[in-house]
Amino acid sequence: MQHQNLAQQYWRRNLQIIVIYLIIWFLVSFGAGILFADILNQFQVFGFKLGYWFANQGSVLCFCLLTVAYAWRMNRLDNEFDVHE
Amino acid sequence: MSIEFLTYIFIACSFVIYIGIAFWSRVATTHDFYVAGGGVTPLANGMATAADWMSAASFISLAGVISLAGYDASGYVMGWTGGYVLLALLLAPYLRKFGKFTVPDFIGDRYYSNVARVVAVICLLFISFTYVSGQMRGTGIVFSRFLQVEIETGIIIAMAVVFIYAVLGGMKGITYTQVAQYCVMIFAFNVPALFLTFTMTGHLLPLTGLGATLESGVYVLDHLDGLVEQLGFSSFTEGSKSSVDIFFITAALMFGTAGLPHVIVRFFTVPRVRDARISAAWALAFIAVLYISIPAVGAFGRINLIETVNGIDGQGTEYGAMPSWFQKWETAGLIAWYDHNGDGRLQYAAGGAFTGKDQRPDFWDVADDPVSRSMFNNTRPVMNPSAGDFDPQQQPFANELYVDPDIMVLANPEVADMPKWVVALVAAGAMAAALSTAAGLLLVIATAVSHDLVKSTLRPQITDSQELSIARIAAMISVLVAGYLGMNPPGYVAAVVAMAFGLACASFFPAIIMGIFYQRMNKYGAISGMLIGLISTLAYIIYFKFMGGTPDQWLFGISPEGFGAMGMLLNFLIAYIVSHLTPPPPKAIQQMVQDIRVPRNQGSAYY
Repeated sequence: MQHQNLAQQYWRRNLQIIVIYLIIWFLVSFGAGILFADILNQFQVFGFKLGYWFANQGSVLCFCLLTVAYAWRMNRLDNEFDVHE
Repeated sequence: MSIEFLTYIFIACSFVIYIGIAFWSRVATTHDFYVAGGGVTPLANGMATAADWMSAASFISLAGVISLAGYDASGYVMGWTGGYVLLALLLAPYLRKFGKFTVPDFIGDRYYSNVARVVAVICLLFISFTYVSGQMRGTGIVFSRFLQVEIETGIIIAMAVVFIYAVLGGMKGITYTQVAQYCVMIFAFNVPALFLTFTMTGHLLPLTGLGATLESGVYVLDHLDGLVEQLGFSSFTEGSKSSVDIFFITAALMFGTAGLPHVIVRFFTVPRVRDARISAAWALAFIAVLYISIPAVGAFGRINLIETVNGIDGQGTEYGAMPSWFQKWETAGLIAWYDHNGDGRLQYAAGGAFTGKDQRPDFWDVADDPVSRSMFNNTRPVMNPSAGDFDPQQQPFANELYVDPDIMVLANPEVADMPKWVVALVAAGAMAAALSTAAGLLLVIATAVSHDLVKSTLRPQITDSQELSIARIAAMISVLVAGYLGMNPPGYVAAVVAMAFGLACASFFPAIIMGIFYQRMNKYGAISGMLIGLISTLAYIIYFKFMGGTPDQWLFGISPEGFGAMGMLLNFLIAYIVSHLTPPPPKAIQQMVQDIRVPRNQGSAYY
């Protein structure tokens, strides 16, 4: 029974992490790159209009960081719950 | 040495390497053939995934598409990279834990139904064959562009090479050749990109060079916006498509990426769940190394094109004064010119220089020899010039030029005056990009036939070595079919690729996600969802791409490229409703879902 509970806790923690990461994923691409691109384009940082930058470079860089961070975070969670292989 | 000779040497050397690797890693069991024995390191798998993923379209066409469409094309950049976040977070670790060979395996087992398995196989064959025909075509195009041979001859050579290493080495051979192919293509793409960035901005990296200033002190993108707007195009950095359409196209490409069987199956090849997560991060990083350069190559290419054609004074350039690459690619049919205003100069601006659906030139081949060409001022005569109308309020002159997007990558080394071997390198890189993707696709097709159709459904009693023979035969047959489709492409190639993504997005992605994250999902819901997604997306794309539907009839303004995302939503909705009207899945299946959520084996064997 206790075993079951731990597995469920582990799953819930995993889901929390996934949701947070997916919110960031959505904000940097669909958010900053598309929906708010027009507003962000009013700001220019180093020769980029910000909305354009997110759509063409910023989102890709953020995606890389997200996958690395997720792998690192989940490995820690696996150890914490002692479910690693 | 001529460029052509160097190109032959480079391509031949790369082929020798690929076949050598395949020979070294030939396999004897289905476990090796399907998933390389499950012993690929995360780093190698990341590289192989990147090569598997980046096709001829990424390598040759994407920079050109971005170059001509600007911001409007950014859905491709976000979509084809963002899908890996979904793979890393939602799919790869759990499918690795599930631990079998194929995507239909998962769907068939999770939904305890051979009907679901067969539906999955049908979706898979549909997606992979549409996709692979584009890749085979791509290899033929690379040959024809760089070596001036017929597209068909090129396809046959490529078929022979893929045949050897896919049939011999299976997934193991493919994995290690893809690692080599990744190195070739990344080097081939980035050497000209770095060089171009450096000559234009003084920056080394395309990443920062795109935001840097030109010699004149003006920012690259501001300069480009100014140039294109003056010529009647919409702004490079803001584009003209509606946000809704870009939103849906990006979504379809992202979720489609995460649902493509040949990408998913790569994560079955690593030893542990944690390796699947790390491997996804590596794969995305390796892809980003190329993708981060693409917008810069596109922007610099466009500036070069405009300034070369319209000249420093912006009034056009005489045909005789154009650089040599212009005639070379005109001969190849990637550039065409018609002197609308009769001033003997080329001018480039918004609008089509030629008539017809895609405003492509229709060359008059009868007269294509030196003597006849002299009668047309040496230009290649074209039969379908447009009227050459333009609005003087918007632009200074009519457009007289047709450029194929591929030119931006293909001609870059020549435009930037780089050494000859760089041209040969780009050819080898383009070849690597097309071959690696084709091989990955052929393998999932072969596996789906031998494993999912024959072993799991029709003849469960066959031995492992019989199954391996069937896999090899299936691989041979699929090479032949893919080659045939490459020579006789079904319709317009771009439409075909849109279809592959749309279908992956609308059929596989939801079925897999619900299989992992929604324990209550049963076979009735999953099967009806997949069918609805598949049929609705297929119908929408066929209606608008092949039956003459017009953009004003688009549902909510969504173009056919983006409809897969809508099909996905329909899939989720229907699956949810149907599953609640039918009984929940058996206990053993619910236990299996619990098991794949936790990395370590809990010992409850469900297989």
